Amino acid sequence: MIASRPVWIALLVAAALAAPFAVYPIFLMKALCFALFACAFNLLLGYVGLLSFGHAAYFGFAAYITGYTAKAWGWPPEVALVAGGAAAAGLGLVFGGLAIRRQGIYFAMITLALAQMLYFFCVQAPFTHGEDGIQAIPRGRLFGLIELGDSLAMYYFVLAVFGAGFLLIQRTIHSPFGQVLKAIRENESRAISLGYRVDRYKLAAFVLSAALSGLAGALMTLVFQFATLNNVHWHLSGEVVLMTLLGGVGTMLGPVVGAFLVAAIQQYLAQLGAWVTIVQGAIFVVCVLLFRRGIVGEIVARLRWLRAGKGK
Amino acid sequence: MRFTLKMLLGVAAAALAAANPASAQQISDGVVKIGVLNDQSGLYADLAGPGSVWAAKQAVADFKPAFKVEVIAADHQNKPDIGASIVRQWIDVDKVDLILDVPTSSVVLAVNQIVKEKNKVLIVSTGATADLTGKACTPNSIHWTYDTWALANGTGKAIVKTGGDSWFFITADYAFGHALERDTEAVIVANGGKVLGKVRTPFPGTTDFSSFLLQAQASKSKIIGLANAGGDTINSIKQAAEFGIVKGGQNLAGLLVFLTDIHALGLGTAQGLIMTEAWYWDMNDANRAFAREFAPANKGSYPTMAHAGVYSAVTHYLKAVTELKSDADGAKVVAQMKALPSEDKLFGKGSVRADGRHIHPMYLFEVKKPSESKGPWDYYKVRATIPAEEAFRPLKDGGCPLVN
Repeated sequence: MIASRPVWIALLVAAALAAPFAVYPIFLMKALCFALFACAFNLLLGYVGLLSFGHAAYFGFAAYITGYTAKAWGWPPEVALVAGGAAAAGLGLVFGGLAIRRQGIYFAMITLALAQMLYFFCVQAPFTHGEDGIQAIPRGRLFGLIELGDSLAMYYFVLAVFGAGFLLIQRTIHSPFGQVLKAIRENESRAISLGYRVDRYKLAAFVLSAALSGLAGALMTLVFQFATLNNVHWHLSGEVVLMTLLGGVGTMLGPVVGAFLVAAIQQYLAQLGAWVTIVQGAIFVVCVLLFRRGIVGEIVARLRWLRAGKGK
Repeated sequence: MRFTLKMLLGVAAAALAAANPASAQQISDGVVKIGVLNDQSGLYADLAGPGSVWAAKQAVADFKPAFKVEVIAADHQNKPDIGASIVRQWIDVDKVDLILDVPTSSVVLAVNQIVKEKNKVLIVSTGATADLTGKACTPNSIHWTYDTWALANGTGKAIVKTGGDSWFFITADYAFGHALERDTEAVIVANGGKVLGKVRTPFPGTTDFSSFLLQAQASKSKIIGLANAGGDTINSIKQAAEFGIVKGGQNLAGLLVFLTDIHALGLGTAQGLIMTEAWYWDMNDANRAFAREFAPANKGSYPTMAHAGVYSAVTHYLKAVTELKSDADGAKVVAQMKALPSEDKLFGKGSVRADGRHIHPMYLFEVKKPSESKGPWDYYKVRATIPAEEAFRPLKDGGCPLVN
């Protein structure tokens, strides 16, 4: 099984590279943006045990910053993208610094409250154009060379950014820093008694998660060429929880699977009209009842169980 | 040698030139596809939603086109990203030629860009943003039924002229509310009325309007203008009824209210409300006949102006495509729609202006008292007709780049 791991990875990468020829590229890009967002969220929920209920704030704020800098100031896409991510990281530093002082439901409520404040700011601030949003944002030329108006080029750019974000999270989790995060998740008091400055670790993880969420939002802005209020709305904060739980919290691939599933439901069931939200709800109920660990979490657990059986 | 090569090239070019218009002179993919993109499940589902799909299909059936027409629909869930990806997929994969209806301004403006880029046609009936025929106008878009400017202008001017010359505004505190308030106030002042005061309500999330309504009551203005939409409008009207504001002699003016909202409120609550709309089912025989066909197919609900607008728009689109014998070039179809006068049984005679604005009369309605209503959905009486030439923003004021 372990020997076949590189084979699996190679297959996944090949599938990702070939996908735009089989599936509609815009849909893939959107799903990849959500996947990066869900992975960033999962870093916090799955590996530090912090349930943030205001992650749309970082996603949406970065989307606005990227949109504004690319449209009003004509910044090239890669710079606008970094500006968006940096803005989200700054926001994460402020919000996280306040929120990590409390735990559990209080932490979730503080993140939600701060995110709502940001939402109201975005409704009012003139540069966001209220409910019209920032529209017709240019995709521009990547490094001044590659024309991103072409959807295939844009797809590979999105895939590359997603891959980089995914690897960064993977490395973080498997680093000594990640081990400390997991220790905090399992038993915070013990981590403190071992001499770790828990708050600093939590804040660092929070800022990283916010920055990557922001990167996902910024990427989405370039894909769709607009930034709107939906990106900062608490619905999206809820959706990212849904994606992560559906796919499997605390697994690397789980949020990716969850994001693709939710995006596919919203896109391909749009013809069903009023049924979209009902189907989404029903799937969530079924998942919670049948696979408590999420889709990927359940598969991993089954594989482990099988392997343990073989071992005997 | 060179000479013959040139000649060959010339012949080839001539052949191409001859072949191109020939291939354009037909319906692309053998079928005209109409995609109705709207909110089928959320807060705009009643006033547009499945009813718009029905209206589009009915328009096709009544037109009896010489070519094949197919109507498909999707729910954009009021999210611009979903709307944009559906539209891209519709155009790229499903070969949709016309995007129709589209409530929610952020979705309208997002779709507008895509339709222009892909050179298809966008006709908006339910969406309200006046930017679509202003700075965001394109050679591929038409705004059919109404817009925020027409509502503000119609309601403001007609009410002042019929005696409602002092106003108090309850305004939702965001760009849309501010725009409605600003446009209406300008019209009121220009027509000799005055604004006694205004109050901004936090948006979104205000459910208790009592303190704002008491301020409005204390101002003793003749008219209380509601520069808000959707749930805010419903809540403020309900609470105004509880305070007996209309019975006390003040009138409420709704700036964005649909027939289905009045139905949800009930006449007891909504009576005396004044608003501008483009169409009402009980105005003539053709409208009544349309409503009688519409209601059984739509759970007994009567058509709103958005539904009638969809019907009217599809009729005119099909007329232009028939005339051109082609749907391939979106900008050409829109140009043809602008060149032809429009006429159909619901909106009567009209025209499409250079900036994409469809021009027709608007009407100022007042909601009846329960005692005046003679049957189901008998809700409005006409207070004034706003002639077509005064109903919409003057061409030069919109800032549309197509108009110079």
